[in-house]
Amino acid sequence: MANDSVKLSKNLLRMKFMQRGLDAETKKQLEEDEKRIISDEHWYLDLPELKAKENLIIEERSFVPCEDLKYGRMSFKGFNPEVEKLMALMNPRDEEEKQEEEEVSRMQTDVTDEEMALRYESLVGSMKKKFVKKRERAAMEEDLNQNVEETNTKKAFLKPQD
Amino acid sequence: MVTESCFFRTAETDGCVSCVSPLFQSVKYQQQHVSGPLVVPMFSTLKDRVGEVLLPGDEFTCDTDDTISLTEHVKPEKVVCGPGLRRSGDRLVVCKSGVLRHKQPNVFWIDSQQRRYVPAKGETVIGIVTTKSGDVFKVDFGGSEQASLSYLAFEGATKRNRPNVQVGDLVFAQFSIANKDMEPELVCIDSSGRANGLGVFGGGGLLFRVSLGLVRRLLAPHSEVRSDLEQLFPCELVVGMNGRLWVRSSSVQQTLIIANLLQSCDTMTAPQRRELFRRVKQGAL
Repeated sequence: MANDSVKLSKNLLRMKFMQRGLDAETKKQLEEDEKRIISDEHWYLDLPELKAKENLIIEERSFVPCEDLKYGRMSFKGFNPEVEKLMALMNPRDEEEKQEEEEVSRMQTDVTDEEMALRYESLVGSMKKKFVKKRERAAMEEDLNQNVEETNTKKAFLKPQD
Repeated sequence: MVTESCFFRTAETDGCVSCVSPLFQSVKYQQQHVSGPLVVPMFSTLKDRVGEVLLPGDEFTCDTDDTISLTEHVKPEKVVCGPGLRRSGDRLVVCKSGVLRHKQPNVFWIDSQQRRYVPAKGETVIGIVTTKSGDVFKVDFGGSEQASLSYLAFEGATKRNRPNVQVGDLVFAQFSIANKDMEPELVCIDSSGRANGLGVFGGGGLLFRVSLGLVRRLLAPHSEVRSDLEQLFPCELVVGMNGRLWVRSSSVQQTLIIANLLQSCDTMTAPQRRELFRRVKQGAL
């Protein structure tokens, strides 16, 4: 099969090992589609579809997120060093400190993100060549212009002519 | 309208009705007689009333009819209502008396004072273990009933390896289940299984009670009380959201001084408190 996208049958797609790679959203969609296929034997309620109303008001019972309260254990002047470590770990870090951390981490990287992205584009192509089968490699080397698409006919069964 | 607010009060405080409720009930009657219930459109006027004193029974509704215009987005905004505010259908109802506060982007709550703690999920409290029955410890945290703490809810605890918790121990735990319909449950680990400072904490300190307002003031991000306390003695402090504080310092006298300070600065203004701390610092030296 020289085509990259092989058409898989619906039954194959419904198998468990094919579903693992899908996101939760597409899974839900597929489940809903299946539910809608109702045969005559299934009984169903003849009601219109009700959508749950979107709640605009979210209730929050605790003060902690409202007032940004800190962690409950504290130690002053180094009385309990373990608790001081916990304080540093658990307390929400201030915004100024967070910004400083981001700047520091940016300076330490020698290669920027954009360079990495460019590097990866060419890397993917060269790695692909390594794992390609012999027949496909021959076909790939022929067209240097990757614009031309390959159209190979499927090898169907030829009835022996008698 | 009045009966609705009564219902909210008793349901909210778990059967422990605060002593001011009959007073507000009479005020509510007068209000209805004069001008009718306060019904105002939502988010924008919620923001306008930030900093005002609100009473139980005040409502905020979503009047989308007058706000539809061609130039603006008609996108309803989500409002997070914190303690003191409650959702009833489409409306937002105030159920505690206090000052309305706001935090960006859309969090509103009522700032009020009380001494009685009502458990809320995720809050860390100091509890005292009262009984050990089978697989579960019963912990008293100062609420209307005792919370249960499973012996498996400690770091590194298995059925064979039980945690070393005795009756009478102090435990720093957080609520995993806390609503008015079920018995509250505590755990001493977080969702990833690590203790992070929760669990039994040691002896040698003093446990005392303060009001819930002082606890919030102590734990606020830029707290003056905490910064004043930092400069006094080297000490260790565990703060439970149920109004319990535990202090330990290098000598018994210092521990007692800190405990007395915290209990008394509950009802002081900021200058009085600073004066008191200054005197203690000089006296101690």
